[in-house]
Amino acid sequence: MAFQDYKPWLGMTGSRWIGLENFERIFQYDEATQAIMNTLIIAVIKIIVGIVVPIIMAILLNEIRLTGLKKSIQTLVYLPHFLSWVTIAGIMIDILGLDGGINRIITGWFGSEPIFFLGDPNLFRPTVIVSDLWKNFGFGMIVYLATIAGIDPSYYEASEIDGANRWQQIWHVTLPSMLPMIIVIATLSLGGILDAGFDQIFNLYNPLVYSTGDIIDTYVYRSSLLNGQYGFGTAVGLFKSGISLILIVISYRIAYKFANYKIF
Amino acid sequence: MYHKSQGYRIFSVFNHILLIVVALSCFLPLLHLLAQSFSSKAAVNGGLVSFWPVEFNTDAYVKTFNNRNFMGSMWISIMRTVLGTLIGMFVITTAGYALSKDFRGRNALMWIFVFTMLFSGGLIPSYILISELGLKDTIWALVLPGAFGAYNLILIMNFFKTIPKALEEAAFIDGASFFVIFTRIYLPLSLPGLATIGLFIMVGHWNSWFDGLLYMSTTEKYPLASFLQTVVVQNSAQNVALSPSEAAALSEQSIKAAQIFISTVPIIAVYPFLQKYFVKGIVLGAVKE
Repeated sequence: MAFQDYKPWLGMTGSRWIGLENFERIFQYDEATQAIMNTLIIAVIKIIVGIVVPIIMAILLNEIRLTGLKKSIQTLVYLPHFLSWVTIAGIMIDILGLDGGINRIITGWFGSEPIFFLGDPNLFRPTVIVSDLWKNFGFGMIVYLATIAGIDPSYYEASEIDGANRWQQIWHVTLPSMLPMIIVIATLSLGGILDAGFDQIFNLYNPLVYSTGDIIDTYVYRSSLLNGQYGFGTAVGLFKSGISLILIVISYRIAYKFANYKIF
Repeated sequence: MYHKSQGYRIFSVFNHILLIVVALSCFLPLLHLLAQSFSSKAAVNGGLVSFWPVEFNTDAYVKTFNNRNFMGSMWISIMRTVLGTLIGMFVITTAGYALSKDFRGRNALMWIFVFTMLFSGGLIPSYILISELGLKDTIWALVLPGAFGAYNLILIMNFFKTIPKALEEAAFIDGASFFVIFTRIYLPLSLPGLATIGLFIMVGHWNSWFDGLLYMSTTEKYPLASFLQTVVVQNSAQNVALSPSEAAALSEQSIKAAQIFISTVPIIAVYPFLQKYFVKGIVLGAVKE
Protein backbone atom coordinates (compact mmCIF):
# COMPACT_ATOMS: atom_id res chain seq x y z
CA MET A 1 0.00 0.00 0.00
CA ALA A 2 2.84 2.35 0.80
CA PHE A 3 3.99 1.88 -2.80
CA GLN A 4 0.58 2.55 -4.28
CA ASP A 5 -1.67 5.43 -5.15
CA TYR A 6 -4.25 3.70 -3.00
CA LYS A 7 -7.92 4.29 -3.64
CA PRO A 8 -10.34 2.50 -1.29
CA TRP A 9 -12.83 1.78 -4.08
CA LEU A 10 -10.10 0.08 -6.17
CA GLY A 11 -8.57 -1.91 -3.32
CA MET A 12 -5.04 -3.34 -3.13
CA THR A 13 -5.29 -5.17 -6.44
CA GLY A 14 -6.81 -2.34 -8.44
CA SER A 15 -4.79 0.62 -7.18
CA ARG A 16 -1.89 1.93 -9.25
CA TRP A 17 1.67 1.05 -8.20
CA ILE A 18 3.80 4.16 -8.04
CA GLY A 19 7.09 2.84 -6.65
CA LEU A 20 8.82 5.10 -4.18
CA GLU A 21 6.86 8.22 -5.04
CA ASN A 22 5.08 8.29 -1.66
CA PHE A 23 8.40 8.12 0.15
CA GLU A 24 9.86 10.92 -1.99
CA ARG A 25 6.90 13.08 -1.04
CA ILE A 26 7.74 12.71 2.64
CA PHE A 27 10.79 14.89 2.07
CA GLN A 28 9.07 17.28 -0.28
CA TYR A 29 6.19 18.30 1.95
CA ASP A 30 7.12 20.95 4.49
CA GLU A 31 4.45 19.69 6.88
CA ALA A 32 5.94 16.18 6.82
CA THR A 33 9.54 17.25 7.42
CA GLN A 34 8.29 19.59 10.14
CA ALA A 35 6.46 16.68 11.80
CA ILE A 36 9.61 14.53 11.65
CA MET A 37 11.69 17.31 13.23
CA ASN A 38 9.09 17.90 15.96
CA THR A 39 8.95 14.19 16.68
CA LEU A 40 12.72 13.97 17.04
CA ILE A 41 12.98 17.02 19.29
CA ILE A 42 10.09 16.07 21.56
CA ALA A 43 11.05 12.39 21.76
CA VAL A 44 14.75 13.04 22.46
CA ILE A 45 14.00 15.49 25.28
CA LYS A 46 11.36 13.14 26.69
CA ILE A 47 13.83 10.24 26.66
CA ILE A 48 16.56 12.26 28.38
CA VAL A 49 14.40 13.72 31.15
CA GLY A 50 12.54 10.42 31.37
CA ILE A 51 15.79 8.73 32.36
CA VAL A 52 17.48 11.42 34.45
CA VAL A 53 14.53 12.51 36.60
CA PRO A 54 13.47 9.02 37.77
CA ILE A 55 17.10 8.27 38.74
CA ILE A 56 17.31 11.45 40.81
CA MET A 57 13.89 10.90 42.34
CA ALA A 58 14.71 7.30 43.22
CA ILE A 59 17.90 8.38 44.99
CA LEU A 60 16.07 11.18 46.82
CA LEU A 61 13.24 8.88 47.83
CA ASN A 62 15.75 6.40 49.16
CA GLU A 63 16.96 9.09 51.59
CA ILE A 64 13.56 9.15 53.28
CA ARG A 65 13.73 6.90 56.30
CA LEU A 66 10.11 6.94 57.46
CA THR A 67 8.76 3.79 55.83
CA GLY A 68 5.13 4.90 55.98
CA LEU A 69 5.82 8.23 54.27
CA LYS A 70 8.00 6.55 51.65
CA LYS A 71 5.26 4.05 50.84
CA SER A 72 2.60 6.76 50.60
CA ILE A 73 4.75 8.82 48.26
CA GLN A 74 5.34 5.77 46.08
CA THR A 75 1.63 5.01 45.91
CA LEU A 76 0.80 8.55 44.84
CA VAL A 77 3.51 8.96 42.20
CA TYR A 78 2.77 5.66 40.45
CA LEU A 79 -0.89 6.55 40.06
CA PRO A 80 -0.81 8.94 37.05
CA HIS A 81 0.81 6.25 34.92
CA PHE A 82 -2.45 4.31 35.01
CA LEU A 83 -4.68 7.20 33.98
CA SER A 84 -5.41 7.56 30.30
CA TRP A 85 -4.22 10.55 28.31
CA VAL A 86 -7.86 11.36 27.63
CA THR A 87 -8.42 11.82 31.36
CA ILE A 88 -5.24 13.79 31.83
CA ALA A 89 -5.90 15.93 28.76
CA GLY A 90 -9.34 16.68 30.18
CA ILE A 91 -7.79 17.88 33.42
CA MET A 92 -5.02 19.79 31.65
CA ILE A 93 -7.36 21.56 29.24
CA ASP A 94 -9.29 22.76 32.28
CA ILE A 95 -6.49 23.84 34.60
CA LEU A 96 -4.15 25.15 31.90
CA GLY A 97 -6.89 27.05 30.08
CA LEU A 98 -6.93 30.86 29.95
CA ASP A 99 -9.25 31.03 32.95
CA GLY A 100 -8.03 27.80 34.53
CA GLY A 101 -6.46 27.23 37.94
CA ILE A 102 -2.83 27.75 36.96
CA ASN A 103 -3.54 31.01 35.19
CA ARG A 104 -5.54 32.29 38.14
CA ILE A 105 -2.47 31.75 40.28
CA ILE A 106 -0.26 33.47 37.71
CA THR A 107 -2.54 36.47 37.27
CA GLY A 108 -3.54 36.65 40.92
CA TRP A 109 -0.17 36.22 42.60
CA PHE A 110 2.20 37.70 40.05
CA GLY A 111 -0.19 40.05 38.31
CA SER A 112 1.06 39.06 34.87
CA GLU A 113 -0.85 38.18 31.72
CA PRO A 114 -2.44 34.71 31.53
CA ILE A 115 -0.34 32.13 29.69
CA PHE A 116 -1.93 30.01 26.98
CA PHE A 117 0.04 26.80 27.56
CA LEU A 118 -1.70 24.69 24.95
CA GLY A 119 -2.14 27.36 22.30
CA ASP A 120 1.29 29.01 22.21
CA PRO A 121 3.71 27.25 19.83
CA ASN A 122 6.63 28.21 22.09
CA LEU A 123 5.07 26.66 25.17
CA PHE A 124 3.48 23.60 23.68
CA ARG A 125 6.61 21.42 23.71
CA PRO A 126 7.57 22.21 27.33
CA THR A 127 3.96 21.56 28.37
CA VAL A 128 3.96 18.21 26.61
CA ILE A 129 7.32 17.20 28.04
CA VAL A 130 6.54 18.22 31.62
CA SER A 131 3.12 16.55 31.60
CA ASP A 132 4.60 13.35 30.17
CA LEU A 133 7.24 13.42 32.86
CA TRP A 134 4.58 14.00 35.51
CA LYS A 135 2.63 10.98 34.26
CA ASN A 136 5.50 8.55 33.96
CA PHE A 137 8.42 9.43 36.25
CA GLY A 138 6.99 7.46 39.17
CA PHE A 139 6.63 4.36 37.10
CA GLY A 140 10.15 4.78 35.74
CA MET A 141 11.44 4.94 39.32
CA ILE A 142 10.34 1.40 40.14
CA VAL A 143 13.28 -0.41 38.57
CA TYR A 144 15.79 2.04 40.03
CA LEU A 145 14.32 1.71 43.51
CA ALA A 146 14.56 -2.05 43.20
CA THR A 147 18.17 -1.76 42.07
CA ILE A 148 19.03 0.50 45.01
CA ALA A 149 17.30 -1.87 47.42
CA GLY A 150 19.44 -4.69 46.06
CA ILE A 151 22.78 -3.00 46.82
CA ASP A 152 24.81 -4.91 49.40
CA PRO A 153 24.70 -2.84 52.65
CA SER A 154 28.31 -3.78 53.42
CA TYR A 155 29.43 -1.36 50.66
CA TYR A 156 27.85 1.48 52.58
CA GLU A 157 29.32 0.31 55.88
CA ALA A 158 32.78 0.03 54.37
CA SER A 159 32.58 3.46 52.77
CA GLU A 160 31.40 4.95 56.06
CA ILE A 161 34.39 3.52 57.88
CA ASP A 162 36.56 5.08 55.19
CA GLY A 163 35.01 8.43 56.09
CA ALA A 164 32.67 8.94 53.15
CA ASN A 165 29.82 11.37 53.64
CA ARG A 166 26.34 10.74 52.26
CA TRP A 167 27.00 12.61 49.03
CA GLN A 168 30.18 10.62 48.41
CA GLN A 169 28.32 7.41 49.13
CA ILE A 170 25.68 8.25 46.53
CA TRP A 171 28.33 9.21 44.00
CA HIS A 172 30.68 6.28 44.60
CA VAL A 173 28.40 3.47 45.72
CA THR A 174 24.77 4.03 44.73
CA LEU A 175 25.26 5.42 41.23
CA PRO A 176 27.89 2.88 40.08
CA SER A 177 25.64 0.09 41.32
CA MET A 178 22.77 1.50 39.28
CA LEU A 179 24.86 1.96 36.16
CA PRO A 180 24.14 -1.38 34.42
CA MET A 181 20.41 -0.77 34.83
CA ILE A 182 20.73 2.79 33.58
CA ILE A 183 22.63 1.62 30.50
CA VAL A 184 19.99 -0.98 29.73
CA ILE A 185 17.10 1.47 30.11
CA ALA A 186 18.90 4.17 28.13
CA THR A 187 19.80 1.95 25.20
CA LEU A 188 16.38 0.36 25.05
CA SER A 189 14.72 3.75 24.95
CA LEU A 190 16.67 4.53 21.76
CA GLY A 191 14.01 2.64 19.85
CA GLY A 192 11.44 5.22 20.93
CA ILE A 193 13.25 8.07 19.24
CA LEU A 194 10.53 8.48 16.62
CA ASP A 195 7.77 7.93 19.13
CA ALA A 196 6.78 11.24 20.64
CA GLY A 197 3.54 9.98 22.18
CA PHE A 198 0.48 9.92 19.91
CA ASP A 199 -2.07 9.50 22.70
CA GLN A 200 -0.80 12.56 24.48
CA ILE A 201 -0.25 14.93 21.55
CA PHE A 202 -3.46 13.96 19.77
CA ASN A 203 -5.49 14.91 22.82
CA LEU A 204 -3.63 18.12 23.57
CA TYR A 205 -2.73 19.70 20.25
CA ASN A 206 -4.71 22.02 18.00
CA PRO A 207 -4.04 23.86 14.73
CA LEU A 208 -2.42 26.74 16.63
CA VAL A 209 0.54 24.58 17.63
CA TYR A 210 1.02 22.39 14.53
CA SER A 211 4.31 24.19 13.87
CA THR A 212 5.93 22.83 17.03
CA GLY A 213 3.58 20.09 18.18
CA ASP A 214 2.61 18.08 15.11
CA ILE A 215 4.37 14.70 15.19
CA ILE A 216 4.69 11.85 12.70
CA ASP A 217 1.80 9.86 14.17
CA THR A 218 -0.64 12.75 14.26
CA TYR A 219 0.45 13.76 10.76
CA VAL A 220 -0.20 10.23 9.50
CA TYR A 221 -3.62 10.34 11.10
CA ARG A 222 -4.56 13.64 9.50
CA SER A 223 -3.11 12.99 6.06
CA SER A 224 -4.61 9.53 5.74
CA LEU A 225 -7.89 9.58 7.61
CA LEU A 226 -8.89 13.20 7.23
CA ASN A 227 -7.38 14.03 3.84
CA GLY A 228 -7.73 10.60 2.26
CA GLN A 229 -4.07 10.22 1.23
CA TYR A 230 -4.04 6.58 2.23
CA GLY A 231 -0.94 5.46 0.34
CA PHE A 232 1.06 8.46 1.49
CA GLY A 233 -0.03 8.10 5.12
CA THR A 234 0.93 4.46 5.08
CA ALA A 235 4.33 5.33 3.57
CA VAL A 236 5.03 7.82 6.37
CA GLY A 237 4.01 5.21 8.95
CA LEU A 238 6.16 2.55 7.32
CA PHE A 239 9.11 4.95 7.16
CA LYS A 240 8.75 5.52 10.91
CA SER A 241 8.33 1.83 11.75
CA GLY A 242 11.31 0.87 9.59
CA ILE A 243 13.69 3.34 11.20
CA SER A 244 12.43 2.45 14.69
CA LEU A 245 12.97 -1.24 14.01
CA ILE A 246 16.56 -0.67 12.92
CA LEU A 247 17.21 1.47 16.01
CA ILE A 248 15.65 -1.11 18.31
CA VAL A 249 17.72 -3.94 16.86
CA ILE A 250 20.90 -1.86 17.27
CA SER A 251 19.99 -0.88 20.82
CA TYR A 252 19.27 -4.47 21.85
CA ARG A 253 22.69 -5.45 20.49
CA ILE A 254 24.32 -2.69 22.52
CA ALA A 255 22.37 -3.63 25.65
CA TYR A 256 23.34 -7.25 25.20
CA LYS A 257 26.99 -6.41 24.67
CA PHE A 258 27.43 -4.01 27.58
CA ALA A 259 24.98 -5.28 30.15
CA ASN A 260 24.38 -8.84 29.01
CA TYR A 261 20.71 -8.03 28.69
CA LYS A 262 18.43 -10.47 26.88
CA ILE A 263 14.74 -9.99 26.30
CA PHE A 264 13.92 -13.67 26.51
CA MET B 1 28.23 9.68 60.92
CA TYR B 2 26.52 11.51 58.09
CA HIS B 3 23.07 11.40 59.68
CA LYS B 4 24.16 13.87 62.31
CA SER B 5 25.94 16.40 60.12
CA GLN B 6 24.16 19.70 59.78
CA GLY B 7 24.42 19.76 56.01
CA TYR B 8 22.67 16.44 55.76
CA ARG B 9 19.88 17.59 58.05
CA ILE B 10 19.17 20.67 55.95
CA PHE B 11 19.19 18.51 52.83
CA SER B 12 16.87 16.07 54.52
CA VAL B 13 14.31 18.73 55.35
CA PHE B 14 14.31 20.03 51.77
CA ASN B 15 14.18 16.52 50.43
CA HIS B 16 11.10 15.67 52.47
CA ILE B 17 9.34 18.85 51.40
CA LEU B 18 10.22 18.32 47.73
CA LEU B 19 9.02 14.74 47.62
CA ILE B 20 5.80 15.49 49.48
CA VAL B 21 5.05 18.35 47.08
CA VAL B 22 5.77 16.13 44.08
CA ALA B 23 3.60 13.35 45.47
CA LEU B 24 0.73 15.76 46.14
CA SER B 25 1.01 17.13 42.61
CA CYS B 26 0.23 13.65 41.33
CA PHE B 27 -3.02 13.55 43.19
CA LEU B 28 -4.32 17.10 43.60
CA PRO B 29 -5.50 17.44 39.96
CA LEU B 30 -7.85 14.52 40.56
CA LEU B 31 -9.10 16.08 43.77
CA HIS B 32 -9.71 19.33 41.92
CA LEU B 33 -11.74 17.41 39.37
CA LEU B 34 -13.77 15.73 42.09
CA ALA B 35 -14.44 19.05 43.82
CA GLN B 36 -15.61 20.61 40.55
CA SER B 37 -17.99 17.76 39.85
CA PHE B 38 -19.79 18.37 43.16
CA SER B 39 -19.90 22.16 42.95
CA SER B 40 -22.54 24.58 41.71
CA LYS B 41 -22.39 26.30 38.35
CA ALA B 42 -21.64 29.74 39.75
CA ALA B 43 -18.76 28.44 41.83
CA VAL B 44 -17.20 26.46 38.98
CA ASN B 45 -17.53 29.16 36.35
CA GLY B 46 -16.36 31.79 38.80
CA GLY B 47 -13.25 29.77 39.51
CA LEU B 48 -13.95 29.50 43.22
CA VAL B 49 -13.44 25.74 43.42
CA SER B 50 -10.04 24.46 44.38
CA PHE B 51 -9.90 21.17 46.23
CA TRP B 52 -13.16 21.18 48.12
CA PRO B 53 -16.71 21.36 46.67
CA VAL B 54 -18.38 24.77 46.87
CA GLU B 55 -22.18 24.74 47.28
CA PHE B 56 -22.25 20.95 47.32
CA ASN B 57 -24.69 19.19 45.01
CA THR B 58 -24.85 15.93 43.06
CA ASP B 59 -26.71 17.23 39.99
CA ALA B 60 -23.82 16.50 37.66
CA TYR B 61 -23.81 12.84 38.70
CA VAL B 62 -27.58 12.50 38.45
CA LYS B 63 -27.37 14.00 34.99
CA THR B 64 -24.49 11.74 33.96
CA PHE B 65 -26.12 8.55 35.17
CA ASN B 66 -29.29 9.48 33.30
CA ASN B 67 -27.33 10.09 30.10
CA ARG B 68 -28.11 7.04 27.94
CA ASN B 69 -25.08 7.51 25.71
CA PHE B 70 -22.77 7.67 28.69
CA MET B 71 -24.20 4.57 30.32
CA GLY B 72 -24.15 2.70 27.00
CA SER B 73 -20.49 3.54 26.52
CA MET B 74 -19.75 2.46 30.05
CA TRP B 75 -21.39 -0.91 29.39
CA ILE B 76 -19.31 -1.36 26.23
CA SER B 77 -16.18 -0.53 28.20
CA ILE B 78 -17.05 -3.04 30.91
CA MET B 79 -17.72 -5.71 28.27
CA ARG B 80 -14.49 -5.10 26.40
CA THR B 81 -12.47 -5.00 29.61
CA VAL B 82 -13.89 -8.26 30.94
CA LEU B 83 -13.77 -10.08 27.60
CA GLY B 84 -10.40 -8.62 26.67
CA THR B 85 -8.82 -9.52 30.00
CA LEU B 86 -10.17 -13.08 29.99
CA ILE B 87 -9.17 -13.79 26.40
CA GLY B 88 -5.85 -12.01 26.79
CA MET B 89 -4.95 -13.87 29.99
CA PHE B 90 -5.91 -17.19 28.44
CA VAL B 91 -3.82 -16.86 25.28
CA ILE B 92 -0.88 -15.26 27.04
CA THR B 93 -0.58 -17.72 29.92
CA THR B 94 -0.98 -20.78 27.70
CA ALA B 95 1.50 -19.45 25.15
CA GLY B 96 3.84 -18.33 27.93
CA TYR B 97 3.81 -21.79 29.47
CA ALA B 98 4.65 -23.47 26.18
CA LEU B 99 7.34 -20.95 25.33
CA SER B 100 8.99 -21.21 28.74
CA LYS B 101 10.11 -24.69 27.66
CA ASP B 102 12.92 -25.42 25.25
CA PHE B 103 11.85 -26.92 21.97
CA ARG B 104 12.93 -26.75 18.36
CA GLY B 105 11.82 -23.55 16.72
CA ARG B 106 11.08 -21.81 20.01
CA ASN B 107 13.44 -18.93 19.31
CA ALA B 108 12.09 -18.44 15.80
CA LEU B 109 8.55 -18.33 17.20
CA MET B 110 9.62 -15.92 19.89
CA TRP B 111 11.17 -13.56 17.36
CA ILE B 112 7.99 -13.60 15.32
CA PHE B 113 6.04 -12.53 18.42
CA VAL B 114 8.60 -9.90 19.37
CA PHE B 115 8.52 -8.58 15.82
CA THR B 116 4.83 -7.75 16.25
CA MET B 117 5.85 -5.65 19.23
CA LEU B 118 8.52 -3.75 17.31
CA PHE B 119 6.90 -3.26 13.95
CA SER B 120 3.38 -2.33 13.03
CA GLY B 121 1.83 -2.11 9.60
CA GLY B 122 0.35 1.26 10.38
CA LEU B 123 -2.96 2.93 10.76
CA ILE B 124 -4.64 2.35 7.41
CA PRO B 125 -3.53 -1.26 6.88
CA SER B 126 -4.81 -2.15 10.38
CA TYR B 127 -8.08 -0.44 9.60
CA ILE B 128 -8.46 -2.28 6.30
CA LEU B 129 -7.60 -5.59 7.94
CA ILE B 130 -10.26 -5.13 10.63
CA SER B 131 -12.85 -4.08 8.04
CA GLU B 132 -12.08 -7.01 5.73
CA LEU B 133 -12.36 -9.42 8.65
CA GLY B 134 -15.85 -8.06 9.24
CA LEU B 135 -14.97 -6.96 12.78
CA LYS B 136 -15.78 -3.30 12.26
CA ASP B 137 -18.54 -2.02 14.56
CA THR B 138 -18.36 -5.15 16.72
CA ILE B 139 -16.81 -5.48 20.16
CA TRP B 140 -14.27 -7.92 18.71
CA ALA B 141 -12.54 -5.07 16.93
CA LEU B 142 -11.70 -3.74 20.40
CA VAL B 143 -10.89 -7.08 22.02
CA LEU B 144 -9.01 -9.21 19.51
CA PRO B 145 -6.26 -7.00 17.99
CA GLY B 146 -4.54 -6.44 21.33
CA ALA B 147 -5.24 -9.85 22.88
CA PHE B 148 -1.83 -11.33 22.20
CA GLY B 149 0.50 -8.71 23.63
CA ALA B 150 4.13 -9.72 23.19
CA TYR B 151 5.29 -7.58 26.09
CA ASN B 152 2.98 -9.34 28.54
CA LEU B 153 3.91 -12.67 27.01
CA ILE B 154 7.60 -12.07 27.74
CA LEU B 155 6.79 -10.93 31.25
CA ILE B 156 4.77 -14.03 32.13
CA MET B 157 7.19 -16.35 30.33
CA ASN B 158 10.04 -15.04 32.45
CA PHE B 159 7.88 -15.58 35.50
CA PHE B 160 7.23 -19.19 34.54
CA LYS B 161 10.94 -19.75 33.98
CA THR B 162 11.69 -18.91 37.61
CA ILE B 163 9.56 -21.83 38.81
CA PRO B 164 11.88 -24.76 39.64
CA LYS B 165 11.90 -27.54 37.08
CA ALA B 166 11.96 -30.11 39.89
CA LEU B 167 8.33 -29.33 40.73
CA GLU B 168 7.25 -30.16 37.22
CA GLU B 169 9.32 -33.34 37.13
CA ALA B 170 7.89 -34.53 40.44
CA ALA B 171 4.36 -33.93 39.16
CA PHE B 172 5.17 -35.86 35.98
CA ILE B 173 6.27 -38.85 38.01
CA ASP B 174 3.02 -38.66 39.93
CA GLY B 175 1.22 -38.94 36.62
CA ALA B 176 0.18 -35.34 36.03
CA SER B 177 -0.45 -34.16 32.47
CA PHE B 178 0.87 -30.88 31.05
CA PHE B 179 -2.55 -29.36 31.55
CA VAL B 180 -2.69 -30.34 35.22
CA ILE B 181 0.84 -29.07 35.78
CA PHE B 182 -0.07 -25.79 34.10
CA THR B 183 -3.27 -25.19 36.08
CA ARG B 184 -2.25 -26.69 39.43
CA ILE B 185 1.43 -25.73 39.66
CA TYR B 186 2.36 -22.93 37.28
CA LEU B 187 -0.67 -20.69 37.57
CA PRO B 188 -0.94 -20.71 41.40
CA LEU B 189 2.80 -20.14 41.77
CA SER B 190 2.87 -17.13 39.48
CA LEU B 191 0.04 -15.13 41.03
CA PRO B 192 2.10 -11.91 41.25
CA GLY B 193 2.93 -12.21 37.56
CA LEU B 194 -0.65 -12.94 36.63
CA ALA B 195 -1.84 -10.01 38.72
CA THR B 196 0.68 -7.76 36.98
CA ILE B 197 -0.30 -8.58 33.42
CA GLY B 198 -3.96 -8.73 34.47
CA LEU B 199 -3.65 -5.15 35.68
CA PHE B 200 -1.87 -4.04 32.53
CA ILE B 201 -4.45 -5.62 30.26
CA MET B 202 -7.41 -4.33 32.26
CA VAL B 203 -6.14 -0.79 32.52
CA GLY B 204 -5.11 -0.89 28.87
CA HIS B 205 -8.60 -1.88 27.79
CA TRP B 206 -10.34 0.56 30.06
CA ASN B 207 -8.19 3.47 28.92
CA SER B 208 -8.01 2.61 25.26
CA TRP B 209 -9.82 5.23 23.20
CA PHE B 210 -8.30 5.41 19.76
CA ASP B 211 -9.48 1.99 18.56
CA GLY B 212 -13.05 2.97 19.42
CA LEU B 213 -12.71 6.15 17.38
CA LEU B 214 -11.21 4.21 14.50
CA TYR B 215 -13.32 1.07 14.29
CA MET B 216 -16.74 2.24 15.45
CA SER B 217 -18.77 4.18 12.94
CA THR B 218 -21.35 5.64 15.33
CA THR B 219 -20.87 7.25 18.72
CA GLU B 220 -23.40 4.85 20.30
CA LYS B 221 -20.84 2.07 19.86
CA TYR B 222 -17.98 4.00 21.46
CA PRO B 223 -16.41 2.64 24.63
CA LEU B 224 -16.28 5.06 27.53
CA ALA B 225 -12.77 6.34 26.84
CA SER B 226 -13.64 7.20 23.23
CA PHE B 227 -16.87 8.80 24.37
CA LEU B 228 -14.94 10.93 26.85
CA GLN B 229 -12.47 11.87 24.17
CA THR B 230 -15.30 13.39 22.15
CA VAL B 231 -16.66 15.22 25.19
CA VAL B 232 -13.46 16.47 26.70
CA VAL B 233 -11.12 17.00 23.79
CA GLN B 234 -13.32 17.46 20.75
CA ASN B 235 -15.71 19.38 22.98
CA SER B 236 -18.80 17.77 21.52
CA ALA B 237 -21.71 19.44 23.29
CA GLN B 238 -24.29 16.84 22.30
CA ASN B 239 -22.59 14.20 24.41
CA VAL B 240 -22.83 16.42 27.45
CA ALA B 241 -26.55 16.41 26.62
CA LEU B 242 -27.78 19.46 28.46
CA SER B 243 -31.11 21.02 27.62
CA PRO B 244 -31.18 24.84 27.73
CA SER B 245 -33.01 24.88 31.05
CA GLU B 246 -30.50 22.48 32.59
CA ALA B 247 -27.62 24.48 31.18
CA ALA B 248 -28.81 27.40 33.26
CA ALA B 249 -28.35 25.40 36.46
CA LEU B 250 -25.44 23.11 35.62
CA SER B 251 -21.95 23.95 34.54
CA GLU B 252 -20.63 22.02 31.54
CA GLN B 253 -17.34 21.74 33.36
CA SER B 254 -19.06 20.00 36.30
CA ILE B 255 -20.53 17.42 33.93
CA LYS B 256 -17.19 16.86 32.25
CA ALA B 257 -15.52 16.56 35.63
CA ALA B 258 -18.13 14.05 36.79
CA GLN B 259 -17.76 12.02 33.60
CA ILE B 260 -13.97 11.99 33.78
CA PHE B 261 -14.07 11.11 37.43
CA ILE B 262 -16.51 8.23 37.01
CA SER B 263 -14.29 6.85 34.26
CA THR B 264 -11.27 6.78 36.58
CA VAL B 265 -13.11 5.15 39.49
CA PRO B 266 -12.48 1.54 38.34
CA ILE B 267 -8.77 2.25 38.00
CA ILE B 268 -8.52 3.90 41.39
CA ALA B 269 -10.53 1.01 42.86
CA VAL B 270 -8.29 -1.81 41.61
CA TYR B 271 -5.08 0.14 42.01
CA PRO B 272 -4.34 -0.51 45.72
CA PHE B 273 -4.92 -4.26 45.40
CA LEU B 274 -2.64 -4.62 42.44
CA GLN B 275 0.03 -2.12 43.44
CA LYS B 276 1.81 -4.63 45.62
CA TYR B 277 2.01 -7.02 42.69
CA PHE B 278 3.03 -4.83 39.80
CA VAL B 279 6.18 -3.58 41.45
CA LYS B 280 7.33 -7.14 41.90
CA GLY B 281 6.16 -8.16 38.44
CA ILE B 282 7.91 -5.33 36.67
CA VAL B 283 11.12 -5.76 38.55
CA LEU B 284 11.15 -9.45 37.73
CA GLY B 285 10.44 -8.70 34.10
CA ALA B 286 13.20 -6.12 33.86
CA VAL B 287 15.94 -7.27 36.20
CA LYS B 288 17.14 -10.67 35.23
CA GLU B 289 20.17 -12.56 36.32
